[in-house]
Amino acid sequence: MELSPPDIPTDTTAVHALLICEHCDTVHRRCPLARGQVAECARCGAVLERCRGMGANALLALILTALLVFAQATLWPIVTLGLNGQYVDATLWDVIHTMWIDHSQVVAALAALTLFVFPMCKIFMLGWLLLYARSGRRAPGFRRLMVTLHYLGPWTMSEVFVLGALVSIVKAHLYFDVQPDPGIYAYAALMLLITVFAGVDLTRLWDETSEDSP
Amino acid sequence: MSALPRAGELGLIGCPVCGQVCDAAGADGGALACPRCGSTLHRRKPAVYARCWALLIAAFLMYIPANVLPIMRTASLGDIDDNTILSGVVELWVKGSPGLAVIVFCASIMVPMLKFLALGTLLITCRRGSRWARRQRAQLYRLVELIGYWSMLDVFVVALLTALVRFGLFSLVEPLPGVVFFGLTVVLTMFASMCFDPRLIWDGKEDSDD
Ligand SMILES: [Zn+2]
Repeated sequence: MELSPPDIPTDTTAVHALLICEHCDTVHRRCPLARGQVAECARCGAVLERCRGMGANALLALILTALLVFAQATLWPIVTLGLNGQYVDATLWDVIHTMWIDHSQVVAALAALTLFVFPMCKIFMLGWLLLYARSGRRAPGFRRLMVTLHYLGPWTMSEVFVLGALVSIVKAHLYFDVQPDPGIYAYAALMLLITVFAGVDLTRLWDETSEDSP
Repeated sequence: MSALPRAGELGLIGCPVCGQVCDAAGADGGALACPRCGSTLHRRKPAVYARCWALLIAAFLMYIPANVLPIMRTASLGDIDDNTILSGVVELWVKGSPGLAVIVFCASIMVPMLKFLALGTLLITCRRGSRWARRQRAQLYRLVELIGYWSMLDVFVVALLTALVRFGLFSLVEPLPGVVFFGLTVVLTMFASMCFDPRLIWDGKEDSDD
């Protein structure tokens, strides 16, 4: 759907009824969206706003699920390899540790940050914010956490890792017996949860929570 | 039909972090902060061309050794085999699964190339104030942002295979320097696309027949 171009605002309260496209700087008048509806910029076609079909409670439940699944994905082995009756499995920690001692510290650091540290920060920060947002309040540190979440955005790569694990299994299959372990299924589940969250417009938390609480 | 108004014309700035519509009136005296989230507001991101070109060129310089140097060594029964990104794709195509080979090829070769070409094109056309294919260029930028990080795929494959194969006697998988350069390429191109300001595409003269 397209939004109508606004008139020039005369007073400051009108500013809240406006929306600026971050991709082309076009000013739009905000329209109420129905569930599942998406507002697109009339000039450049970027998504301006989407209405999430979920309340804070549902999102919190989803985040708690994500935390459980994330813990399993991190702690459980991902793949088991067998050759001549010997079996070896690897968890995410083995991956990071092996790369570190194999003189690829850059890769180890990249993997640790994008597969563990950043996703975990995201989950805990969102959980904390949603815990308060359920009652329309702003959690302590709301401002700083929301800004941090904005910058963390593109630096979590769990979904890339799932595909990477799949490729690894096929490659290793050329030489060894390979079988997927529970960790990889946890990662696949995490991938689904991430997809659901990707469709949620979290900047709306700014509007849905009240200013005066700490 | 009147043209769609832009924030600059109305004396407004949109906060890039929280989306707040801010009054740009106080911006003359110095840096302006978003009243809601405290982020610094700029009409356009600062020094887009200098920063973006620097990161893009650095990424491209990393991309050369990333492709020329091998990324992984597999050794089995005295037979040493060094794999580059491309030979890894070929091996996957021939012996493994062609479908996955296509995915790896897209993620590790097409996506970085697309990012170099797309960002380079955007930087050149925006500098010239070109009105050519504005909507398509805007879509191109969003595509680059969306798929950029999938190039990390091969880095994770090497990491996972290295961790898995620890039979010293029979076989050995070792990461080689190419994979480090490749990881750096991905990170640098991601920073480059973040430094770009898509609002520049729409600056300058308006299309009359819009
Ligand atoms: Zn737009």
